[in-house]
Amino acid sequence: MKKEIEFMLNEEKVIVEVEPHWTLLHLLRETLELTGAKEGCGVGECGACTVIVEGDAVNSCLYPVMEIEGKTVTTIEGLAKPDGTLHPLQQSFIENNGVQCGYCTSGMIMSAKALLDKNADPTENEIRTSISGNICRCTGYVQIVESIKHAAGSMKNTQAAQNGK
Amino acid sequence: MKGCDYYKPETVGDASRLMASLDGARYIAGGTDVMVLIKQKKLSPAHLISLRNIRELSLLDTSDGLSIGSGVTHSRIVRDAWIRDRYSALVDATQKIGSPQVRNVATVAGNICNAAPSADTACPLLVLDAKIRIAGKKGERIVAIEDFFLGPNRTILEQGEIVTAIAIPKLDENSGSAYIKHTRRKAMELPLVGIAARITLDAADRAPGWKESLRNAPNAEALPGMLEAAGIVCRDVRIAMGVVSPKPMRARKAEAALEGKVVSEALLDEIGALAASESQPRDSFRGEAWYRKDMVQVLVRRAVLMSIERIVNA
Repeated sequence: MKKEIEFMLNEEKVIVEVEPHWTLLHLLRETLELTGAKEGCGVGECGACTVIVEGDAVNSCLYPVMEIEGKTVTTIEGLAKPDGTLHPLQQSFIENNGVQCGYCTSGMIMSAKALLDKNADPTENEIRTSISGNICRCTGYVQIVESIKHAAGSMKNTQAAQNGK
Repeated sequence: MKGCDYYKPETVGDASRLMASLDGARYIAGGTDVMVLIKQKKLSPAHLISLRNIRELSLLDTSDGLSIGSGVTHSRIVRDAWIRDRYSALVDATQKIGSPQVRNVATVAGNICNAAPSADTACPLLVLDAKIRIAGKKGERIVAIEDFFLGPNRTILEQGEIVTAIAIPKLDENSGSAYIKHTRRKAMELPLVGIAARITLDAADRAPGWKESLRNAPNAEALPGMLEAAGIVCRDVRIAMGVVSPKPMRARKAEAALEGKVVSEALLDEIGALAASESQPRDSFRGEAWYRKDMVQVLVRRAVLMSIERIVNA
């Protein structure tokens, strides 16, 4: 039996009918056609489905859709500006070769964003911990860690420039 | 995943009543175990009763020891500096469970209710003398963590009962604890062996500054000799072992051997060997029994020393 839920998705209010047994990932991909979050393992081991709920990175493949009622959800689709300007993390992954096949990338970026939103100046160890639930089978992680480091740096510079104005 | 209804009660009473009135219902909290079981078709509940919206379960109360509401996630424990200082072993365990994504939703209570022999929080809770508060039809009952587990994925919880909180008593000022999760990789891993220890150093008739003098240990290996020279006695010794038997267990012989004694190299070897003799690990694809036994010996020594280091560095 379908139920109607309401929540904030990428800064827009969404009212949508769901089956109570769905996961958040199912709603995103199959109903809302936001296919940035991937289903890798489907059981919380790979992190390809990572999205941010109320500021925290979560596996959307294990998140009961009924629990997002009234909550704030951010997916990879919500990162670029409406004019197409990429988020510093997205830009940095491109510039630092943090992407190979791309399947893990959305999840990697969302885990990194959850970190940088809370900690603008993370250590390498904190960066590695933040993506410890995201598996990449191509890059060996070095370029990904570099991408996140550079993004943190450029976000700090932007922030400093804004504060200086 | 087959269709099932999803309920979001806001009180423990409502949750219990729902459970009693519905056929084939199952509680769900963080869902990182339950959702996986459903997806793997090992579980097919007709109804899911969520415990996530019950406000009283999300409380962390530090007014008398530590009370961890059953809705408290691992991430909340990891972030809490007050808990880190006092109940270090629990933080050691919660910060290594699963992934950040899992820790953000999975609860400590869920970890023990799932009752995997490898449950990381079980050993710390055993050495910290935790008590489990359980609400059921007949009212509340409180059970020592040691009596909570029955075997792999089996606990004393009866149909419809809800764990409401985990209560940990206040520890002596000169107490320290540690949990070592022995793994092949650094993250996203279950322990091959998990060892927790808790020690109180008997500071009665110690001159002020006794801690500072031990802080000068050049490394952990020098600590036993310094403790022996200082003649400081260990009290309230607790050692717990995970993945070495069907359920997490205390190493009682090892504990008894250290209780009231001064730590020394010889004694550390002895308690390690005793704990290994008490363990009954089995071969599995993760690791072989002989190796697990060897690691018990090594890690018991290490966890005891880590606990003591934390006392002197506090």
